[in-house]
Amino acid sequence: MILVFCELKDGKIRKPSTEALSAGRRLADASGQPLGALFAGASCAGAAEAAKYGADVILTAEGATLGSYSSDAYAQLVADAVKAKGATVLLAGATAMGKDVAPRAAARMGAGYASDVTGLSMVEGKLQAVRPVYAGKAFATITFTSAVQVASTRPNVFPVVEKAGPGAVESVPAPAGDFKSVVKEILAKAGGKVDLTEANVIISGGRGMKNGDNFKILEELADALGGVVGASRAAVDADWGLPHSMQVGQTGKVVSPTLYIACGISGAIQHLAGMSGSKFIVAINKDPEAPIFKVASYGIVGDLFDVVPELTKAAKAMGVGKG
Amino acid sequence: MKILVALKQVPDTETKIKVAADGRSLDPADVKWITGPYDEYALEEAIRIKEAKGADVVALSVGGDSAKEVLRNALALGADSAVLLKGDGQGDAFAVAQMIAAFAQGKGFDLIFCGNKGIGGDNAAMGPMLAELMGIAQANVIVKLELGQGTFRAEREIEGGSEVVEGALPAVITAQKGLNEPRYASLKGIMAAKKKTIEELDATSAPAVAVVSSLALPPERPAGRLLAGEPAAQAQALLQALKDEAKVF
Ligand SMILES: Cc1cc2nc3c(=O)[nH]c(=O)nc-3n(C[C@H](O)[C@H](O)[C@H](O)COP(=O)(O)OP(=O)(O)OC[C@H]3O[C@@H](n4cnc5c(N)ncnc54)[C@H](O)[C@@H]3O)c2cc1C
Ligand SMILES: Cc1cc2nc3c(=O)[nH]c(=O)nc-3n(C[C@H](O)[C@H](O)[C@H](O)COP(=O)(O)OP(=O)(O)OC[C@H]3O[C@@H](n4cnc5c(N)ncnc54)[C@H](O)[C@@H]3O)c2cc1C
Repeated sequence: MILVFCELKDGKIRKPSTEALSAGRRLADASGQPLGALFAGASCAGAAEAAKYGADVILTAEGATLGSYSSDAYAQLVADAVKAKGATVLLAGATAMGKDVAPRAAARMGAGYASDVTGLSMVEGKLQAVRPVYAGKAFATITFTSAVQVASTRPNVFPVVEKAGPGAVESVPAPAGDFKSVVKEILAKAGGKVDLTEANVIISGGRGMKNGDNFKILEELADALGGVVGASRAAVDADWGLPHSMQVGQTGKVVSPTLYIACGISGAIQHLAGMSGSKFIVAINKDPEAPIFKVASYGIVGDLFDVVPELTKAAKAMGVGKG
Repeated sequence: MKILVALKQVPDTETKIKVAADGRSLDPADVKWITGPYDEYALEEAIRIKEAKGADVVALSVGGDSAKEVLRNALALGADSAVLLKGDGQGDAFAVAQMIAAFAQGKGFDLIFCGNKGIGGDNAAMGPMLAELMGIAQANVIVKLELGQGTFRAEREIEGGSEVVEGALPAVITAQKGLNEPRYASLKGIMAAKKKTIEELDATSAPAVAVVSSLALPPERPAGRLLAGEPAAQAQALLQALKDEAKVF
């Protein structure tokens, strides 16, 4: 079995999980194995939706003790499910939770783990994964020598494919209490926008923005295009009140949106490392020699304070941000 | 209190990656090596705890002789002792976790600090794997840490915010930028570190289970196009191109 650890949010399967399920379905077809979807929580209402993405079986671990995430409890139940079903491949979306539970579960099973993969295939019945290393400056192909093979899939890379499966629901045991660590509280950021790693459109600002208040014009463009705002390290470190969670780059978030618009960012190697996996890159910079233009699909040499508001105006006029 | 800090020697973030002749590893020529940027936050947090409450801080690295540089620097910054686990460099994160677990088991560490990811391998895996192998708690990608009596409360970065994890010590904590502001080594620290010995031990043998079979550079990005004209015209041309050519919208 190819087993996919899935996350629910407000009774819906999170998008990175649907991407992992779709990738899992493809691997299952390629190797003639069933696809399982695994859910855990106080309630797994909504798990049945996994059938839409081709799940043959839907495993639910429900229990009051699972209401709050616990690394050790979740790793245990994931490893137990892999064992109970004789799964050979375990996938999870490379989300905060997926990247927390997958390596711990892998260690529990003595399994090899490839993190944040961008490519997956079955070669002679074994999993082969491609993943960026050196923050995207190179790609490594990973093969596994362990019986169980674990990978987390980078958000926004694997297409979501709807393909109805039987989706027989089966419950699996939840570990009893006494966990080593438990999440007590979630401190959500105001706005509740999607995370950079999952965003389809990112507008980033750099030192060229001059101050934090000026990021307002990027927010306006992001609203018009249906995107979220990121930043270079120079902007984050400049005491402009921008949180580190906005930083894109080698020591920030590594992102792969469809569209990345860099405003007033020079394109230092550490910044490029974090965003050169974007499908389309737009650079807006007043310096025609800025290295960012070397990776840009479209470049605008100009003053961002003139160009960005014009873009917002044009985007609103075209009504592009709907899709 | 006893604290272990795992530090990895990694290529400088400026490094232009070249693939070695074996087709599966980094060509080490011209590579400048540094301490993993996240590992610096890990070490700083350990030193701050030592300064606040008293602790014995052990710095550890798995690697070859060159990793001693990282350990020497850790000593200069305030680690009490340093251990080099000599490995053949062929391990994956799981191999490294097994080597560190074999060393740390039974030594009574209350806290084990790691970076949330090593620059380069980028697996963000060693810490959670080590926690599992040692059967202890983990708190990953931590931007704030408070210690109680045998307990911890840590703030961890998640999508769109953060969450508070509570648990019992011992624990593996993996550091994220924001946890603290690492200090620079003082001249006095650097001089003192020169006099300390770095303990060298052979790492237990642990073969990689996730093996890099090939390493390749990303495909060149296709050449881009500059959009000319006044800002309004540039904006219009860009959106049109994104819509018609790139089909982004
Ligand atoms: C260990 C390490 C890790 C790092 N990690 C990261 C990381 O994760 N992410 C990251 O981004 N950086 C990282 N850096 C920093 C990186 O080296 C650069 O310093 C940083 O990316 C520069 O940010 P910037 O492009 O915003 O600023 P600058 O390089 O100063 O560029 C500003 C740009 O804005 C342009 N500009 C100015 N005014 C205007 C205007 N009105 N209109 C249009 N354009 C304008 C200028 O022409 C210039 O190109 C790291 C560095 C180190 C040493
Ligand atoms: C020639 C060569 C071949 C290699 N072959 C492979 C291979 O086939 N497969 C493979 O997966 N890896 C291989 N590696 C090893 C790889 O570079 C890493 O050591 C390992 O994969 C974990 O690194 P990471 O950065 O991904 O760890 P992460 O899980 O991202 O690291 C997280 C944290 O764990 C700690 N940590 C990690 N590694 C060490 C260490 N060595 N010493 C002390 N603390 C550490 C640090 O605190 C770090 O911040 C090879 C290395 C070399 C030099």
